[in-house]
Amino acid sequence: MTKDELIPKLKTIIAPYIQDEEAFKNLTEETDFVNDLKINSANLVDIILDIEDEFDIRLENEDMEKMLDVKSAMDIINAKLER
Amino acid sequence: MNKSQIITYLPYQKPFLFVDGIDSVSENEITGHYTFKTNEFFYQGHFKNNPVTPGVILTECMAQIGLVCFGIYLLKEELNNFSSPKIALTSHQMDFYLPVLPNEKVTVISEKDVFRFNKLKCKVRMMNEKGELICRGFISGMAQILAKAEIS
Repeated sequence: MTKDELIPKLKTIIAPYIQDEEAFKNLTEETDFVNDLKINSANLVDIILDIEDEFDIRLENEDMEKMLDVKSAMDIINAKLER
Repeated sequence: MNKSQIITYLPYQKPFLFVDGIDSVSENEITGHYTFKTNEFFYQGHFKNNPVTPGVILTECMAQIGLVCFGIYLLKEELNNFSSPKIALTSHQMDFYLPVLPNEKVTVISEKDVFRFNKLKCKVRMMNEKGELICRGFISGMAQILAKAEIS
């Protein structure tokens, strides 16, 4: 999936969990979930579960550990979708 | 891990321990009980001359039995090798139907909804001795398991 397809889908998923509206409005590939959007660890789990449902994939602990920003999330989703 | 061992792992003590015992536990569900003593500290103020158990305390009782006791059971493998986990309540949604007065025994039944990445979300309900529904809702919490060496 291309960046232009994925970013809107990701934005919809993470919108309910962000604390920093400004960072969310200016979201780019480099946006960090914890440092920029101020998402807490419990909500990161919610995002992982929502991503699994949206893309019909299964994420593991190591995926969760790598999923720190928008870019890594897109890479992991695409890698899973290609399998 | 047996039912009485679960209690020994709880990180609470009086006056904020709201678990008397676990009745049953499995990978999918836990049932436990607590009797609100007449001398609980919050009855002094809630309400003036009219002791009624606060909803936040009912929620706490449900979280201690339905989420923390249950979580300890579900994490039993990790807990054998590691020290007690750091835990946090992360969200809850609760509806209340009946008041709980001093000396009432309540039973909490909690069903696992999601348990992934150390986050536990449960559908929890509290019943009185007549089998009537006191409150019900969803509670979520997180556990962070630290190895013994990491705790100074």
